Amino acid sequence: MRILTGNDLKSGAVIWWTGHDWSLHVEDAVDVGEHGEAVLAAEDGARRVNGGYIVDAEATPEGPRPAHIKDRIRALGPTVRPDLTLKPADPTAGDWVI
Amino acid sequence: MYQYDKYDQGMVDARVEEFRDQVRRRIAGDINDDQFKPLRLKNGLYLQLHAYMLRVAIPYGTFNSVQMRKLADIARKYDRGYGHFTTRQNIQYNWIKLEEAPDILAELATVEMHAIQTSGESIRNISADQYAGAAADEICDPRPWAELIRQATTFHPEFSYLPRKFKIAVISAPEDRAALRWHDCALRIVRNGKGEEGFEVYAGGGMGRTPFIAYKIRDFLPAQQIFSYLQAILRVWNLHARRDNIHKQRMKILVHELGEEEFRRQVEEEFQTFLALATDFPQAEYDRIAAYFTPPPFETGLGDEIDRSDPDFALWVDRQVVAHKVPGYAIANISLKPIGGIPGDISAEQMDIVADLAERYSFDEIRATHAQNLVLPHVRKADLYAVWQALDAAGLASVNLDLVTDIIACPGLDYCSLANARSIPLAQKISERFANMERQLDIGELKIKISGCINACGHHHAGQIGILGVDRKGTENYQLLLGGSGAEDTSQAKITGPGFDEAGIVDAVERTVERYRELREPGERFLDTYRRVGLDPFKEAIYG
Repeated sequence: MRILTGNDLKSGAVIWWTGHDWSLHVEDAVDVGEHGEAVLAAEDGARRVNGGYIVDAEATPEGPRPAHIKDRIRALGPTVRPDLTLKPADPTAGDWVI
Repeated sequence: MYQYDKYDQGMVDARVEEFRDQVRRRIAGDINDDQFKPLRLKNGLYLQLHAYMLRVAIPYGTFNSVQMRKLADIARKYDRGYGHFTTRQNIQYNWIKLEEAPDILAELATVEMHAIQTSGESIRNISADQYAGAAADEICDPRPWAELIRQATTFHPEFSYLPRKFKIAVISAPEDRAALRWHDCALRIVRNGKGEEGFEVYAGGGMGRTPFIAYKIRDFLPAQQIFSYLQAILRVWNLHARRDNIHKQRMKILVHELGEEEFRRQVEEEFQTFLALATDFPQAEYDRIAAYFTPPPFETGLGDEIDRSDPDFALWVDRQVVAHKVPGYAIANISLKPIGGIPGDISAEQMDIVADLAERYSFDEIRATHAQNLVLPHVRKADLYAVWQALDAAGLASVNLDLVTDIIACPGLDYCSLANARSIPLAQKISERFANMERQLDIGELKIKISGCINACGHHHAGQIGILGVDRKGTENYQLLLGGSGAEDTSQAKITGPGFDEAGIVDAVERTVERYRELREPGERFLDTYRRVGLDPFKEAIYG
């Protein structure tokens, strides 16, 4: 599957395209198929995303898992500071990245 | 230390308001990201993996308690309670919001700090010996020259759109603590036979994807002619740089394509032009700047005795404390490399404690080092125990200066959008592997430097043991390098062979260290043994 990501313009936070809006959680990302470029152009123009790009991902029961480690780290947070990730209470969250 | 006059303050304040307007226009949609990016980079604001990152300049690594407390306040108020000291003696914050960046810069301006020229194609923060003004082996304090060059080059129109970034270092001691020859332009203050001060000038160094060690292009440049000579170097580069190819834009490429002799010839020719224009600093301007660096009011008649009855304190003194030029005083190094910690990271609370210690015990001075540690440069020996106790209570009394756990590491793939692999987890695992103090001391000086990509922010080319993270079909892979140095015996590390995964590289480092212990002769550092026996015995241990 192909999903969309970028950073929120004002906060810089990592965001994922849900089909109608942007979410902080990669689990909410949807497969955009061949429409990624068009969505990004519209969203960039509306300043709802900064530096958007298309990511290859694997569909899993828990949700999309980006193919590249860089995007998995973006999705979770720094592996060296679990307390600063999106899942600070889950000690195994880092396993998903590696 | 230097203090802003009304012109400095006016320029920095105006820059904040200019950037505030640029941010407003970006958020309003009046300018797009392509237009905004170079503007934010001129103010040290990057977009990294998780958020914007702001890099704050600490000129030549010198700052005071008020500034450190402000850095702590910013960490608490605008970031996530910590900061990260970099290999260019700066500090950066990893979780900045664009809409708050102008307010942060405004707060920094109230304590005479900014983020100008910490990014982009500009003359970056001028680095210096972290022991400047305190070192027992220095000729003079190099910081007045660093400050003069900083003032003369900041906002200089010819240097505002350079082909690429440009890094300058200034030292005045025979021991190189600033990685001098890894800079685009490096200056070492020396005295000639008449006792006059001048500069040895080096040019064409740099790390990155194409590492080069700088050539010495001048044995002795009269000190008062430094700005003419520096302009000549930059002019030659600016005229001939490969602006068509981002990988060939750094000055090191030009120097090595022209060759040492031709580059020197062209610089000398331009130098004569600048001399004729009489653009150098008048003596009065040097004197004005130097007055800010007048030595603090050291007490006289102090003893050099240190009560070493506490063994933990004695261990810290032996490793972290170095000689000061004034009797009765010492230089105290504060390690930001606790076992298993993140190199260079410091919490806001720890910043406040260092600020308090600097104010009370070090004439209000703090230094940041290119090795991502801190220094209290002027501590009475009689006060060392109190300083150590406070550091120990704050988790800042690690004993590892220049030892195997004093690892330089870039932020790597945990934070950096350019990185291919993580650096910090390796530093943590190596640190934990060699945590035993007795073992560390037995190994002795061993500088490990880790970069998460070929941009080499972690200085792996200069590592006695260097590690370079690469992307190998979407997975992290690590190359091992041996034999580098950023000291006065500068050398470039060599790749040992095929790379490793994360677990494998830690094992490979350990096998390298153990082979050194087998091979070393009395008194030899790791680097000495490597240079004596060469790469092969280590390759055998690593891959055999």
